[in-house]
Amino acid sequence: MGCHLCEYYCAFAGTDGSDMARALKGIKINPRIKIEEKDGISFAVSCRHCREPLCVKGCITGALTVADGVITIDRDRCVSCYTCVLSCPYGAVSPSDDGAVQKCELCVKTAEGTPACVRGCPNNAIVFEERECAE
Amino acid sequence: MKYLIIGNSAGGIGAVEGIRQIDKEGGITVISNEPYHTYSRPLISYLLLGKITEDKRKYRGADFYAKNNVKLVHGTVKRIYPEDKQVILSGGEQVSYDKLMVAAGSSPFVPPFEGLDGVPAENRFAFMCLDDALNLNKALDKNKRVLIVGAGLIGLKCAEGILEKVAGVTVVDLAPRILSSILDDYGAKPFQELLESKGIEFRLSRGVKRFEGRTAVLDDGETVDFDILVLAVGVRPNTALLKDIAEIDKGIVINEKSETTAPDIYAAGDCVQTVDASSGESKIMALLPNAYIQGECAGINMAGGEKSFNKAIPMNAIGFFGLHVVTAGNYTGDKLYTEREGNGYKRLFYGDNKLNGFILVGNVEKAGIYTSLIRERTPLDSIDFALVCKKPGMMAFTREERNIKLGGGAV
Ligand SMILES: Cc1cc2nc3c(=O)[nH]c(=O)nc-3n(C[C@H](O)[C@H](O)[C@H](O)COP(=O)(O)OP(=O)(O)OC[C@H]3O[C@@H](n4cnc5c(N)ncnc54)[C@H](O)[C@@H]3O)c2cc1C
Ligand code: SF4
Ligand code: SF4
Repeated sequence: MGCHLCEYYCAFAGTDGSDMARALKGIKINPRIKIEEKDGISFAVSCRHCREPLCVKGCITGALTVADGVITIDRDRCVSCYTCVLSCPYGAVSPSDDGAVQKCELCVKTAEGTPACVRGCPNNAIVFEERECAE
Repeated sequence: MKYLIIGNSAGGIGAVEGIRQIDKEGGITVISNEPYHTYSRPLISYLLLGKITEDKRKYRGADFYAKNNVKLVHGTVKRIYPEDKQVILSGGEQVSYDKLMVAAGSSPFVPPFEGLDGVPAENRFAFMCLDDALNLNKALDKNKRVLIVGAGLIGLKCAEGILEKVAGVTVVDLAPRILSSILDDYGAKPFQELLESKGIEFRLSRGVKRFEGRTAVLDDGETVDFDILVLAVGVRPNTALLKDIAEIDKGIVINEKSETTAPDIYAAGDCVQTVDASSGESKIMALLPNAYIQGECAGINMAGGEKSFNKAIPMNAIGFFGLHVVTAGNYTGDKLYTEREGNGYKRLFYGDNKLNGFILVGNVEKAGIYTSLIRERTPLDSIDFALVCKKPGMMAFTREERNIKLGGGAV
């Protein structure tokens, strides 16, 4: 419905503080999940964790890797060349401000088992499940 | 099954990972004449900047060879004997194979400059491999003036890498603008200005006519004195190993399965010529993503799997001092969409209902959506192209398309 809360939960999952409002106060958020909206339609786009991940195959340094179907980034090895931004058909990798790109990593690097966007969505509109797909 | 891979870089590593998707047992030998753990070639300029440690330059983790059960051999393959299914190394050692992969990459192209032989060897460098970067690094100091011939990606990345360490850098190119193969005049301008503001000097629209010791005489008679010369004029595919064995045109000819015309011999990466899906033209596309994907495709087929790759397109992502440009495809078509704002620049090239190419300077967000429209040859009347021009996003696709792309089908 376009409330953008998932974007906030996502941005918050990447910070260290425990109080969401305080951690994000005054900061323009740069979440890894992004709401697209137009004419009353809105939907969330984040990394599809493709079976043929063009981002991983094209990464010039090897910073992007697949482990157990989840595509993660080694921020230390990323040089922000943006080849992956150029490669991802979904626009799911984006530049960030700290010398490495960012993308949804299904919250595997945070303590919780379920991604923050899924837990936080008030309408249960974001689900976390495996599906057979073409990609 | 015995697999032999010549080349330990993007193409070769792709082949290892492709083979291991299908065959966990067969023996894999990788031969390379560079005595290093696989490294990311584009990182050699970052190495000069001092940004990259020995560990970080690795293209794959330290356990890569052990994990994939690969034997890495340091040596130079001198000749392939396809009848005997054997290669011979320069030291005389023979290695046999059932399936062979040639991912030999490319070499710097050196035009026949008059007087080049008179430039002392210790003052003359290429900028292609780790040893080039390490040797160059040793030769640099605050008193050295550097002349780089070639204002393409490699020459300019080198310039960026060494600028802080030397007395001055001058870049000469025959083309009227920098990065001429991927940028138009408007797109090249902010990069030239930025690089000039950092202290790099350009001599464009002219070439080196001859060298007189450590002086370059340009076409218009101007002379440039230098202590260090870096030749970055271009690269040529390493095809010699397959001469008289498989078909060679501009590069080694391969099909969609990365097979050469010789049985059981595959090839990938900078040494091959590839059909550019955006134009249908067959050409050399010396780019890392294509090298890896072709290598992986070869590996899967070598191991008896089924894979084809026919969606290679030119794709470049480059940044200098924080200003980024991404480009893809070819710049043809009778229609243009253009946005200009400050240093930001967006230009889409399209026609005949297809997106053919684009240049994005500055804001590169979601560029991959454009790349995908080129790669997939998506009919533009099937999407909201007017919206995509302004703002690339999944919104541009129909609800049905989106459901297929983003979900498993059902809403
Ligand atoms: C400075 C620089 C920056 C770059 N930046 C980018 C970038 O930003 N983005 C991008 O997409 N691409 C970039 N490239 C290009 C990219 O590095 C290549 O496209 C890619 O490395 C090709 O991989 P490859 O496996 O085909 O060949 P290579 O990486 O060239 O590897 C071939 C290997 O085979 C070895 N070999 C060759 N012949 C023999 C033999 N007879 N016996 C044994 N070993 C042999 C070679 O020594 C080499 O190690 C850059 C290149 C350079 C030099
Ligand atoms: S970042 Fe893009 S290409 Fe990579 S796995 Fe996610 S959706 Fe696929
Ligand atoms: S920006 Fe980082 S993760 Fe993306 S391709 Fe470049 S090095 Fe790899």
